[in-house]
Amino acid sequence: MSLVNKQLRYVVEAVRDNREALSEYIYRLYERIERYEEKLKGFITLRPADTVIREALEANRLGKPLAGIPIAVKDNISTEGIRTTCASAILENYIPPYDATVVKRLREAGAVIIGKTNMDEFAMGSTTETSYFGPSRNPWDPSRVPGGSSGGSGVVVSAYMAPAALGSDTGGSVRNPAAYTGIFGYKPTYGGLSRYGLIAYASSLDQIGLMTRDSVDAALLLEYIAGEDPRDPTSLDLRVGGLFKEISSLGEGRDLPKARLVIVKEMWSGVEDHVFKTTMNAVDKLSSEGFEVEEVSVPEVSYALPAYYVIAFAEASSNLSRYGIPLYGLSKDPENTSWIDYYSEIRSKGFGKEVKRRIMLGSFILSAGYYEQYYIKALKVRRLLRDRLLPLLRRGYIASPTMPIQPPRLGEAIEDPLRLYAMDIETVIPNLIGSPAISLVAGFANSLPVGLQLIGPPLGDRDLLLIARTIEIIIGLSNLSPQMG
Amino acid sequence: MTPQKAVIGLEIHIQVNTVRSKMFCTCSQDYRGAPPNTNVCPVCLGLPGSLPVPNREVIRKAIMLALALGSKVLDKVVFVRKHYFYPDLPKGYQISQHRGPGMAPIAVGGSLEIEGDSGPKRIRMRRIGVEEDPARITYPSGDPTRSSYSLIDYNRSGVPLIEVVTEPDLSSPKEARVFMEKLLELVDHLGISNPDLEGAFRVDVNISIEGGERVEVKNIGSLKDIEKAISYEVVRQRAVLAAGGKIQRETRHWDPVKGVTIVSRYKELEEEYRYFPDPDLPPIAITSSIVEEIASKMPELPWHRAERYVKIYGLTRYVSRVLVSRKRLSEFFEEVVKIYGDPRRVADLLINDFLGIVNERGGNLDMVKASPQSIAKLLSLMDQGVISVKIMKMILERVVLGGEDPEEIVVRENLKVIASDEELEELAEKVIKENPKAVEDAKKNPKAINYLVGQVMKLTRGRADPQKIAAIIRRKLSIGS
Repeated sequence: MSLVNKQLRYVVEAVRDNREALSEYIYRLYERIERYEEKLKGFITLRPADTVIREALEANRLGKPLAGIPIAVKDNISTEGIRTTCASAILENYIPPYDATVVKRLREAGAVIIGKTNMDEFAMGSTTETSYFGPSRNPWDPSRVPGGSSGGSGVVVSAYMAPAALGSDTGGSVRNPAAYTGIFGYKPTYGGLSRYGLIAYASSLDQIGLMTRDSVDAALLLEYIAGEDPRDPTSLDLRVGGLFKEISSLGEGRDLPKARLVIVKEMWSGVEDHVFKTTMNAVDKLSSEGFEVEEVSVPEVSYALPAYYVIAFAEASSNLSRYGIPLYGLSKDPENTSWIDYYSEIRSKGFGKEVKRRIMLGSFILSAGYYEQYYIKALKVRRLLRDRLLPLLRRGYIASPTMPIQPPRLGEAIEDPLRLYAMDIETVIPNLIGSPAISLVAGFANSLPVGLQLIGPPLGDRDLLLIARTIEIIIGLSNLSPQMG
Repeated sequence: MTPQKAVIGLEIHIQVNTVRSKMFCTCSQDYRGAPPNTNVCPVCLGLPGSLPVPNREVIRKAIMLALALGSKVLDKVVFVRKHYFYPDLPKGYQISQHRGPGMAPIAVGGSLEIEGDSGPKRIRMRRIGVEEDPARITYPSGDPTRSSYSLIDYNRSGVPLIEVVTEPDLSSPKEARVFMEKLLELVDHLGISNPDLEGAFRVDVNISIEGGERVEVKNIGSLKDIEKAISYEVVRQRAVLAAGGKIQRETRHWDPVKGVTIVSRYKELEEEYRYFPDPDLPPIAITSSIVEEIASKMPELPWHRAERYVKIYGLTRYVSRVLVSRKRLSEFFEEVVKIYGDPRRVADLLINDFLGIVNERGGNLDMVKASPQSIAKLLSLMDQGVISVKIMKMILERVVLGGEDPEEIVVRENLKVIASDEELEELAEKVIKENPKAVEDAKKNPKAINYLVGQVMKLTRGRADPQKIAAIIRRKLSIGS
């Protein structure tokens, strides 16, 4: 029986002392890719099977703990020697000379990069439609988007083209596609995973996250990539040693841990009916299994989305200032051109429409006179939200639908920026307050998976993952297989 | 009509060239001499995904400078991004410091007292901060407008800078120069920067004539040019005003070759920098215990040192000030005094002969190879009458620059003073015999004796006291002095 449908931890165990099984497994992944990739477009860069198999066998031979397991990596995370495009024309041919810290740690633990996944250009979008390389499609319904911005990572994990993927999450970019493709998505506490090598969108919100078939796989990988990084002054120690062992043993005879769920009313208003019902049903089920449920009102939550976008655009306009430099990426002969014309030409050519929109708005927000009016005010809202929500997170986990609507059809949301931005209303909150958050499958509506978001207190990642596992066991909807043609 | 007063403020960027690494990465801060673009990494090249890690040693040095200037050290260090598009800035922004909502430099206020045009004068500080140096751009013809290409060397990208901004308290080119000299002495003594290294500091000058708009002259790289650029600009502005014109608020560049300031072409570099706190760098708390700890390790300030030389060693103010103009010189002086004693004599040798050699070659004390022992030995050799002043001057260069042992030179090259009178008598006799014409001259004109003395000195290869030789010749020729 094929290992392809198994969770990563079982594959690692099966191939650890069996190199034939490892090559066979990778070969099967490539079979899946060959069959579905053309339609789903999960990858921007897929590495050749023989290279991946060779590296995997080498890692396996050396007895590394992850035994040569292939992992997909979002294309905004730097990989030495492997093209890293951010789904942008401006970086179409950029090959980083160094590995991001998380990639380095994964490789050291014996994982192998299978390919770089599709995304919204510079992670700016919620549908993977702003990719320069064209949109990805949802394995559950290819006429719909897989979510974004880490849509490609969602696609390849959901469609069994890779057992796990790295994503990045600035305002929901891991949880959104996890919810839409029916997998597990985890955004750690801000700083919990080193950002060194993650190509910045909005530095104070960006966080690398894991997209896996369930929470146990996430815990396994987390142990290898977590830990403070001297190259990232914002990095923190999550203290997740031994978590995998602990989370794996949940449900084996002992009572499952229970927790209190906090329902912030404002996070449930404006949610599509069937999404609301499906998620609330899951909450009810948890309540009947011994979870406490508390309803509160936090009116400040309505300011989260505008504050998020002001901060994200401002930081993006700054972070993306570096492109156009004739050191790497899109360039041309600068002879007989003034530098300002040179930059204008490269940036006009290299950036897509949504990226330009955000750079322009962000530049405006940071310009003299508006800085205080917008940026400083947004920071105040951010502090206010933190002050209001952190006390709630000391009592329990904030539960909400991950996405307020079901995945739009391609082209539906992208034409209307305000509608597109409104999709992030639930997911931006943990990024603004630095909290860890997960998305798991709460149920189905219209034959599509619906995500439940759970937010924990900063540095409470360990307990958040344990509770997530408990919920997975109670609801029983992890490691799902989309029906594919 | 008396000319209107000039109002001058400086923005000084000093390279912290005494630490190991750059401001935000582990590349060497010492970029000089490395082949272009070899002293680089993803961080100082601003590659996508790289992150800055602050160099705490530089922050400590900036705090030390602030304390020496009596500035108020703020309780947290906030880095900001200053944006502009230019290829010397690989991130499209420079990590710097600024004042404003949510921003804070290392320190504000403070002052430095200088000898002004009309007596002692306090120059107030506005702020002190740290930032990173951009890369270096070279134009093949030296001028961007007349070059078809430019060369960019990122070796300097990210080198730590301390920025000192003064209030507009200076009134003349000379005061600006005196201020700069004193500030550079200070950073040298504090171990912050060796100001003699090429490119160790750059200055932007703000100049206005009372009542007129302010003109900024950017990127001046030497003390001489600061003085010249300000002089030029003051004259230019006065001339414009005298002709009934108005001074534009503008940025100009100093052209050291032509000796003029030119309006900057780079309008795009001005004004809108979109400052905001760098989200990659969490603010660093500066507690009072950190400040106290730094204060407790503060080296002796140059003006205190000069004061000590006057009081303890009995040197003049002028000599003391010259000796503290560089930390290395004052340390060297003190070492020689420790071995040899007689501070005045040591100071005299160092200021006149020793510095003469160094200054002839640009003044950087790094070229000095001599040990304090060798200088002390040189003085002793003179005291003991082993060598003459002339021999000392002859071999000093080899001692100072070559690091040779003076005693060895003297022995190896047989430069000892000819001590015995018999030997000198013999040589004098020989010269008198061989130069009958000169002897005749000398008898008629006592001054002409110098030729004979010179001939004897030549035979001794400078190893004798010319006074003594003159006395012997006079006696032999029976002429009076």
